[in-house]
Amino acid sequence: MTSPGAQLSKLPPASGRAGLRGAIASEFTKIRSVRSTYWTLAALLIVSIGIGIAICAGTAANMTNNPGNKAGFDATQASLGAFFEIGQLIIAVLGAMVITSEYSTGMIRTSLTAMPRRGVVYAAKAIVFTTVTLIVSLVTSFVAFFVGQALLSSHGVAASLFHTVTIPANANVHCTGGGPGRGPQGCTATFFGTDVIHPSAVLVAVIGTALFVTIVAIISFGVGAIVRHTAGTISIVIATLFIIPILEQALPDNWRWDIMRFLPDAANQVVSVTVGPGNMHLWSAWPQLGVTALWAAVLLTIGAYLFRKRDA
Amino acid sequence: MIEVRGLTKRYGAKTAVDGLTFGIEPGKVTGFLGPNGAGKTTTMRCILGLDYADEGTITVDGQQYHDMAYPMREVGALLDAKAVHGGRSAYNHLLCLAQTNGLPRRRVDEVLELVGLSEVARKRSKGFSLGMSQRLGIAGTMLGDPQVLMFDEPVNGLDPEGILWIRNLMKALAAEGRTVFVSSHLMSEMEYTADHLIVIGRGKLIADCSMSEFISRSSGASVRVRTPSAQDLVTAVTAKGGVAGIDTEGDGAVEVRGMTAEAVGDIAFEQGLRLHELTTIRASLEEAFMELTASSVEYRAAVPGAGVTAGTTIGSGV
Repeated sequence: MTSPGAQLSKLPPASGRAGLRGAIASEFTKIRSVRSTYWTLAALLIVSIGIGIAICAGTAANMTNNPGNKAGFDATQASLGAFFEIGQLIIAVLGAMVITSEYSTGMIRTSLTAMPRRGVVYAAKAIVFTTVTLIVSLVTSFVAFFVGQALLSSHGVAASLFHTVTIPANANVHCTGGGPGRGPQGCTATFFGTDVIHPSAVLVAVIGTALFVTIVAIISFGVGAIVRHTAGTISIVIATLFIIPILEQALPDNWRWDIMRFLPDAANQVVSVTVGPGNMHLWSAWPQLGVTALWAAVLLTIGAYLFRKRDA
Repeated sequence: MIEVRGLTKRYGAKTAVDGLTFGIEPGKVTGFLGPNGAGKTTTMRCILGLDYADEGTITVDGQQYHDMAYPMREVGALLDAKAVHGGRSAYNHLLCLAQTNGLPRRRVDEVLELVGLSEVARKRSKGFSLGMSQRLGIAGTMLGDPQVLMFDEPVNGLDPEGILWIRNLMKALAAEGRTVFVSSHLMSEMEYTADHLIVIGRGKLIADCSMSEFISRSSGASVRVRTPSAQDLVTAVTAKGGVAGIDTEGDGAVEVRGMTAEAVGDIAFEQGLRLHELTTIRASLEEAFMELTASSVEYRAAVPGAGVTAGTTIGSGV
């Protein structure tokens, strides 16, 4: 064999030290070069926006027959519901895989050989994943919102980011027809009272939902760093976000909410609400998002500690 | 230059590496030998900081691995060719490694060319054969043009062409003055490539010597001599302290132990004995290695018929 070194061009002289900048470039290459990223993000967009469309279109059709449903209708929440309920699950899968796939494929050994300063690798991974997720979540949230409002606009209940919208708060509904021999059912409604939807509340809902989904993704990433196993991570995250809150329902009402508001998923009950007082038992959108973010921060930190401390 | 001092690594109650000390010098291929489970991979993982040593210190060119400014410029290591994300193309795999150390993008094309994978650079590596994966792994080690290279069982499962390619590559890298540290559980593999040997068993050092030293040390080395005056030669060699015997069952050649071919030739010359053949018979290194590590093999399968030990009389072969 001819001299291998002679076949390679001379490297430019090195100065400084390999650090976060290179690690971020590397992690971005990693996340953009595997299909699972595109599959998950496409699923996030399609499912969140698609189901959002289905819900809003269905609601709009329903309002034609039952105009009373317009009373107190939260069009923002209707358009974002699919995103924060199902979207968070999909993004949790990506959050888990970004880190657990390093272990399932063995790539972690190659990654940490190239860059042995593990804190840098972990930080770069978290930064890149969070950034990608936040951008995609914001896009999803805004698109789902605008498409949903377009479908509801003919009924005058669509919320807006640019001006205040006033909708009826209550309705007395009178229905005729329906049933055998009585012709097709038709309802009329007389409305009283008004709800005012402020654009600022709508903006908080749209951005807050994107933030909530992003923070859930970080929770999944943190659990992934702790568990190092894809299926295990996803199971734990689903249990935390969906099953524990269901079990909580069994607790006595007088102190149930004292626990509920400290759970990571509580934010999704308030963050997208723009009509009415919302859930009186919970804090408002920002403090509840803060609770979710605190969970994410704790899990991310434990993950970082273990990522550095354990044998790879 | 790799220096390992008093390395101990335990996994729970099991001690994988036990007080290991050795040094690996540049400019030659150093073979790292031991049976499966002897602690070779663990040692290499500790050198790279993938596993944390419980005791001992490890430096590469005087630095700890995680302190190196640009680790890929100092050390290129391939522990497991399959330790890649199979969904990523060869090019992107190498690119994400190069980026961590700020290495230029064109470098990726160069190393792909070097290992002959340019054609499949954009293909996902999950479809690669083991040989191609090894080449991809080796391409990764060369990204930073490092002075120290480490390979863990690089020829395992390769076809003869792949084995030859890796052997030649390792020799060429050493010839350029680089430190080449390569592990194997097969002595026969090392025989063709290694200049120096580190032999371990059950996490402990068994031998640290040059290949030629290992060969001469091995008990089976002998000199085969064919001569019309066999009996005279036996007498002369025995007088000089050698051990000689005539192979009466074969072609009547004399087998001399404990003496080099040169010494036997000199004796024959002094005695005026005519020689028709004078050959050094190297004991199979595989046998020497097995003998050396016999007591340290961790998992031994019961092989039917092979468990008959000396002293047991079965049949009438005598």
